Amino acid sequence: MWIYEKKLEYPVKIKTPNPKMAKVVITQYGGPDGELAASLRYLSQRFSMVTPEARATLNDIGTEELAHLEMIGTMVYQLVKGASIDEIKAAGLDPYYADHDRGVYPISAAGNPFTAAYIQSKGNPIVDLYENMAAEQKARATYEWLLNLADDPDVIDPLKFLREREVVHFQRFGEALRIVQDYLDSRRQFTMPKPKGME
Amino acid sequence: MDSNREELLKQLSALDFTVIELNLYLNTHPRDRNALMKYNTAVEQSKMLRMEYERRYGPLTAYYSTSSYPWQWICNPWPWHYSFNFRLAGEEC
Repeated sequence: MWIYEKKLEYPVKIKTPNPKMAKVVITQYGGPDGELAASLRYLSQRFSMVTPEARATLNDIGTEELAHLEMIGTMVYQLVKGASIDEIKAAGLDPYYADHDRGVYPISAAGNPFTAAYIQSKGNPIVDLYENMAAEQKARATYEWLLNLADDPDVIDPLKFLREREVVHFQRFGEALRIVQDYLDSRRQFTMPKPKGME
Repeated sequence: MDSNREELLKQLSALDFTVIELNLYLNTHPRDRNALMKYNTAVEQSKMLRMEYERRYGPLTAYYSTSSYPWQWICNPWPWHYSFNFRLAGEEC
């Protein structure tokens, strides 16, 4: 189960609305390498994961991704809150506005709605951990492209924090992969050893 | 905005982040005694700050936290509100 804590993992305090930035930041909410996909991927994969270390890693990173989803949702909310219709139009956010007003809805930067097709849960621990390492790198790259598009320190600061978390998660998944590989390579004896003198 | 609340929230957030980071590290390094000690210390410190925060500013969870009358959980601000958060941008990490 989960318990909600009424605070963000890292603060988001954006003073100036910027619907143009909201239009691209939203991709980390409902896009192909976004936080929703990340959370759903790890929390689904954990059921078939092996080794205590790797299971806990999936469980806890999957949980942290929900906190990141909340941060991104907060960024989108604050970036569109108080934006005028003219600003929304100028930013090209009017098609989004037509469907969602200033609500937060999981889509990619290009407007594609969230889909589970973004993730995989293959039932094989090696396959899943490689997928996750790739996913963390893709998310890191996305944060870098978003940072290239940002000029407001209030937006840059949380994006930098989230980028750093991708780097740490990649590291932890790499360690989990090595532990799982060692586990799968280790000789495990499933037969009863023969009594002394009968070898 | 209550600057005492902001300062307390900032300290609590920093401690909780330490806990998250050590949690993930310990998952793949369960026998690192030094990290484990740091984790236990941070959890104890965070518990104390959490109690202090909740006593002054209301419940952080609707599970472990008690509430004064009337039910405080529904009170603004929520974490996504501008007024809830403190600003770190421009500060040295």
